[in-house]
Formats: sequence, structure tokens, C-alpha cells
Amino acid sequence: MMQKEDMGMRKAKGGLGVALMALSVSAWAVPERWQLNMTPGVTATSQDVFQLHMLILWICVAIGIVVFGAMFYAMIKFRKSKGAVPATWSHNTTAEIIWTVIPVLILLGMAWPATQTLVRMADTGDADMTVKITGYQWKWRYEYLGEDVKFMSSLSRAADEARQLGSGIDPNSVENYLLDVDRPLVVPTNTKIRFVITADDVIHAWWVPALGWKQDAIPGFINEAWTEIEEPGTYRGQCAELCGKDHGFMPIVVVAKPRAEFDAWLAEQKAANAPATDAVVQAPAPTKS
Amino acid sequence: MATYATTDHHEDHDHKPSGFFERWFMSTNHKDIGTLYLVFSLIMFFIGGAMALVIRAELFQPGLQLVEPDFFNSMTTVHALVMIFGAVMPAFVGLANWMIPMMVGAPDMALPRMNNWSFWIMPFAFALLLSTLFMEGGAPAGGWTLYPPLSIQGGNNVAFVIFAVHMMGISSIMGAINIIATILNMRAPGMDLLKMPVFVWTWLITAFLLIAVMPVLAGAVTMLLTDKFFGTSFFSAAGGGDPVMFQHIFWFFGHPEVYIMILPAFGIVSEIIPTFSRKPLFGYQAMVYATASIAFLSFIVWAHHMFTVGMPLGGQLFFMYATMLIAVPTGVKVFNWVATMWRGSMTFETPMLFAVGFVILFTIGGFSGLMLAIVPADFQYHDTYFVVAHFHYVLVTGAIFSIMAAVYYWLPKWTGRMYNETLGKWHFWLSTITVNILFFPQHFLGLAGMPRRIPDYNPAFADFNVISSVGGFAFGITQLLFAWIVIDCCLRKRGAKATSGVWESAKGLEWTLASPAPYHSFTTPPKIDDRMLAHGDVSH
Ligand code: HEM
Ligand SMILES: [Cu+2]
Ligand SMILES: [Cu+2]
Repeated sequence: MMQKEDMGMRKAKGGLGVALMALSVSAWAVPERWQLNMTPGVTATSQDVFQLHMLILWICVAIGIVVFGAMFYAMIKFRKSKGAVPATWSHNTTAEIIWTVIPVLILLGMAWPATQTLVRMADTGDADMTVKITGYQWKWRYEYLGEDVKFMSSLSRAADEARQLGSGIDPNSVENYLLDVDRPLVVPTNTKIRFVITADDVIHAWWVPALGWKQDAIPGFINEAWTEIEEPGTYRGQCAELCGKDHGFMPIVVVAKPRAEFDAWLAEQKAANAPATDAVVQAPAPTKS
Repeated sequence: MATYATTDHHEDHDHKPSGFFERWFMSTNHKDIGTLYLVFSLIMFFIGGAMALVIRAELFQPGLQLVEPDFFNSMTTVHALVMIFGAVMPAFVGLANWMIPMMVGAPDMALPRMNNWSFWIMPFAFALLLSTLFMEGGAPAGGWTLYPPLSIQGGNNVAFVIFAVHMMGISSIMGAINIIATILNMRAPGMDLLKMPVFVWTWLITAFLLIAVMPVLAGAVTMLLTDKFFGTSFFSAAGGGDPVMFQHIFWFFGHPEVYIMILPAFGIVSEIIPTFSRKPLFGYQAMVYATASIAFLSFIVWAHHMFTVGMPLGGQLFFMYATMLIAVPTGVKVFNWVATMWRGSMTFETPMLFAVGFVILFTIGGFSGLMLAIVPADFQYHDTYFVVAHFHYVLVTGAIFSIMAAVYYWLPKWTGRMYNETLGKWHFWLSTITVNILFFPQHFLGLAGMPRRIPDYNPAFADFNVISSVGGFAFGITQLLFAWIVIDCCLRKRGAKATSGVWESAKGLEWTLASPAPYHSFTTPPKIDDRMLAHGDVSH
């Protein structure tokens, strides 16, 4: 109950940000042309992050107006050509104390909500399901732990052809150019999903902006993160850590479906997998001499 | 040696070496070595700039038009290494060489032979680095941060880049030792530590940072070298090592390194703003203490570059708070510059224009830095164009603007001639406009979700990339104007003869010397007059 209310509140505040940016809902899923700002995303976390971003942005704008305002005032007013006579003072302890203490207070005001959000983001407990993500040069592998469903996800064929040097194919003609894959990660909405993230060769980073975070995928180490998506939809992202020549060509697509649809999808995957898996198990063991 | 040397005439007793080779290759003179550093830096600035234009040309439109992704990655990697180690750092060392002896009342640097050596290592280091561009397998392409395992997937270029980094490190450390020795031992009587110009103070602190962190970088890259060629696994999990450990060591060097590139800049604008405001620097002591606290804090914030590697919550919180704390002394500096201008009597010659541009645009970079310090927000910003925008604001409109301000400010002292003021103003305005066209839209790109270090992108990002590329080419071309202005002043000597004071209200020892300054700056120690210091009489 508490949590639901909380969510509603956050949505209301997030809504303000959205209105401010006058962006459509679809902007939450893919980048838009001329997009100027971060989007609030589709999880409670991403909305918290968005609000934190807007808070610090406006604080910086306000400080900027005061400081640059004073500076421009000085530059216009205290010019030699206007007959300004220079003062001779060179310090003022009161002023110096004020402009040391006020920034400290402002920083405290920023650190507090940041800490709260961070603590929430770090809590990967109580997840309903776990997906293992492995980065490869240059594709992703997804494994639904305990479900025996796993697959590779790489750049869509159309984009892969168009992106070759001198391909002659106009990227504008390819839908979701460089943001589309052959097999997306499918997840249920309104479910706390835990991700365990690693890599097989070099470091990669798994990032879908609409979810509100990115996390490095490091060979030999396992990182954790979580999400709970509210809106069904298709959310697109990219690898965010330089991982070699095709780093720009290993996108991420997450399709969030309502629970029932997701369950049906999962069952389908298992069914499709079953013969293949059996085949592997039943294949005659290689003769070791 | 002339023992009676006065400083405003008798240019002929300076014993300049006669031959070209003796003068420029064997020189132990602080001015000649300073010139060598500055010329080297300008050449590297154009080489690195050419690479940046390759990057901006490829990013002009979506799709790959010009280069293969691997070469694109080499361009970003080598561009960064050339600009950081070849353009910005040597420029500051060059300025230190020229100005520190003149500012503290010394005849030369304390260790002149080592000075020659520290410079001459540099061309060889960069020959090694740049030679990889012509090697089979290409130049390093794993990013200037050299993160393993990716960086050691390269071929032989790995060895070349590592040896180049070793050499640059040796050069920097020797330069730093020389600067510290000069400042601590060669000050004229009466030039107490707390009377030194702020530029000298910032360089003293920077030199200690260099000595502290360059060996750390050398250690990190040496471990990469043995991982690659000698079967160790410091950074390979498969052999019991840890790739994240490299990042910790690298950024323990890397964050102080970014302050190495900005503290001397703080010093430069702290000299220029009082001159053109005709008013002493506001809060001299606060400036010195703020510099020292920034330097101290710079050692305990390194992991803000690594918030997404999977640190424990406590670690993330610590590095977030520590990073935010740096904003306080940085703010003090900005407020003090504004307070120096307040109730001054300002004129806006080119050095002042660049200094004012520095204060505004560097502060914008500081704002984005503060935003990046907020961990949950950094989870979104990290490794996007937002970070690229941040560090170019602090480095291009910060460090590089300050270097240009310094060149315009001291060029008349170096050459005895004024530069072309009209062209200087053109250079400032064109640079300021184009650099913002180049980098401001990159904030939007990052926030909209464009990762950094990619050669191609979704067409949604096309519009701001076009703008940024146009700005990039315009900024690049504008810098040819800078080269022309400098050549015009140094070689064609068309400008008016400079007086010893050069600027109406310039204060400090360097302005008591003739223009051009005599070959051996102060052959007899000058008398220090507190009223002649740029920051006024600090005794009260
Ligand atoms: C107010 C002071 C500053 C703060 C709070 C700050 C904070 C940060 C943070 C948190 C990052 C990491 C961003 C990320 O990768 O997600 C960063 C990156 C960077 N900063 Fe700053 N910064 C400040 C000033 C400076 C200055 C003065 C310089 C250099 C002159 C600088 C140069 C850089 C560079 C080069 C990077 C990117 C390194 C890379 O990943 O390649 N910063 N800064
Ligand atoms: Cu990648
Ligand atoms: Cu840093």
C-alpha cells in the first residue's frame, strides 16, 4: 500500500518534468530528434534519478545566474572607459566566510536526496526473478536463471548491413538504426527483476536509459542491479563501455510485457528450447580415448 | 659574467650560444627551454586537433563514411594522449620555465641541465607514440584510460604506448623537481612564500602532485606491460587478478592529473584579472589555501570515475561526498576572481578576454562536474557525451583558454613586441563562439542517451552532431589564426615595441625587467617592494 502511494507521488512529480519538456510518452523508450534533456524513464528509480538530475541542474542554473550576473554587472559597470576608479581593498573576511558556508549548505541539500536514492538503488533483495547478462565482443547474452532459457542478442541484420563503411545504405532508411537487435530481452512489468551482470572477454556496460542506470559487465566478476518496469513497452539502449571495434554496434533492447503475456512468452521459449536441449543431453558422449 | 648587471639596458652581455644547434638543442637556458616546450606544445595541439577533426568528420552524419571503427577508436585514444601529455602539460611547463625565475627574482631554473633533458625526452616519447599510427595493427585503440583487458588486446602498439608514457612520466617528474627546487631555493631575498605570485604557488603545488602521481601511472602501465608480454595476471581475473584494480590505480593518478592541468590555469588567471582590473587580487591567502585543499582532496576522489564498476554502497557514498566537497574551494576561487573585478577599473585586452572567458566557461564545466559527482545521476551520465562535454569545458575552455591568455599576456615580455591586438580579439571571439557550438550540444546528446567513443549513431542524434562538427571545424580553423598571431609577433616583429611594464597596471617582478627580458633574468637579486606585488601588500 505504502509503496503504491509512494509511486503515485513520484509519478505526479515526474509528470511535471515531462510536461516541462513537452515530450511524448514514446520519448521514454527511444531518443528523439532534438532531444535536450534526460527522460524520466519508466521505473520508480529512473524517475527518482530524473528528479535528482533536474534538482541539481536547476541549482547549478541558479548559482550560475548569481555568479555570472555579478560578473557581467561588474564588467559593465566598472570599466575604465566609464571612468571607474579602482578600489584598493583586497579581502573581506565576512564575504569569504559567507561564500564558503553557503555552498556547503547547498551541497548538503543535494547530498541528502542523492543518498536516499542511492540506498534504494543498491537494494537488490526480494527480487521475483533473476536474469544473468553477459557481455561479449560484440553482443549480449541473456539467461533467465532457473528457467533454462538463454539466448544471444546482437545487432539487427538490417542495421549491420547499413553500418558497414561504404555500404551505400542510408541509415535513415533503417528503423531504429543501431538500436535494434535480433532477439530482445523480454521481461514482465511490475515485477522486481534482479540482474547479475558479467562479461566474457573485456569490460562492457549494460545501459537502458529508460531504466535509470548503467552497470559495468566485468570479466571474472559479477555485478548486481535491479529494475521494476511500470509501463509495458520497448526500451532501447547501448553498450556504454568501450569494448573494441564494434562497441558502437551492440545495442540492448528490453521488451516489457504484462505478466500474463510474459509467462506465455516464457513457456513458448521453453517449449522451443526443449528438443534442442534434449538433443544435447542425449547426444552420444564423445569417445574419450 | 657581468656582476653589475642592471636590468633595463645592456642586452649584449647575455652570452647567448651562437650556433643554431648549440642554442636550441644544447640550451640550458630557462627561456630557450620554455620556448621549446611552448613550440612543441603548439605542434602537438595541431596534431591532436587534426585527429579531433577526423573524429568530428566521421560523426558529421550517421553511418560510417570515412574510417573503420578501429581507426576511429585509435583517433579518440591518441587524440586524448596527445592533447593531455603533449599539448596541455608541456605548455604549462613551458610557461613555468619562462615565468617562474622571472617571478621569484632568479637568474634561471635551479637545475638547468636537467631542464634540457626533461624537454628533450618529450619529442622521443611522442615519436614512439605517433609511430604506432603507421604500424601494422594500428595505434592503440582502447581509450586513453588504457583499461584492461581491452587495452592489451592491441598488438605491439601496447609496448610503444607504455614506453611513451614512461618517458613522458620521467620528463614530468624531472620538470617538477626542477620547479620545486627553483621555487624553494632561488627566490630573491624578501620574496617570502606568502608573497609569491599565485602562478608560482599553483605550480609549486602542481609539481608536488606530479611527483606523487606520475610514478603511480608508471606502475600501472608497467603491470599492463607484464600482463601483456610476460604472462603475469595483475589485471586478469582468470589468473587471480582484477581488472577493476587497474582502474583504481589509474584514477589515483588520473584525478590528480586533471588538477595538474587546471591548477596552473588558476594561477594564470589570478595574475591576469588583477592587472586588467587595476586592483589587487581579492583574497590572496584564501586562493593559496584553496589551491592546497583542492590538491589534497584530489587524492581522495578518484573513484568518482568508476561509480558503475560495482563498488559497495559505502564506497560510492564516500567518493560522492568527497567529490562534492571539491566544489567548495573551487567556488572560493571563482568568487574571488569576481570580487577582484568588483569595483575595479577594467579594460579588456585579449589576455583579459581569455581570462574572463575562462572564468565563465570553466565554471560551466565545474557545474557539470558537480552533477557528475551525484552518483545516481552519474549512473545515467557516465560514459555518455555529457561527460565529454564536461571535460572539454574544463580542459579546452579551462586549461587551453588559460594557456592562450598567458601567451597573449606575456608574449610582449618574451619578444619585446606587442602582438596584433585586433587579430587577438578576433581570435578570442571566434574561439569562444565556435567552442560553444562545438561542445555545448554535447550535453544534450549525452542526456538524450548517446554513449561516448562510438563512431556511428542513431539518426535521432544527428542534428546536434552536425552542429557540433561544424563548431569543431570552425574552432580548428580559428586556431590557425592563433598560430599566425604568434608567428607574426615572434618572427615578423611588426608590432609596436613593448615597454618593460607592457600593461598599464601589471605588477610583479617580471614587469621590472626589460622587454624582451634579458637572457639571464635576474643576475643580481632584485629588491622586493610589497606594493609591486600583484596581490598587493598581504601583510595586513
Ligand atoms: C568542480 C570540479 C570537478 C568535479 C566535481 C568533477 C567531477 C567529475 C566526475 C564525477 C567525472 C566522472 C564522470 C564519469 O565518467 O561518469 C569527471 C570526469 C572527467 N573530468 Fe571532471 N570534475 C571537476 C573538474 C574537472 C577539471 C578541473 C578537469 C580538468 C581540467 C576535469 C577533467 C575531467 C576529465 C578529463 C574527465 C573524464 C575522464 C575520462 O573518463 O576520460 N574535471 N569529472
Ligand atoms: Cu561496448
Ligand atoms: Cu576526477
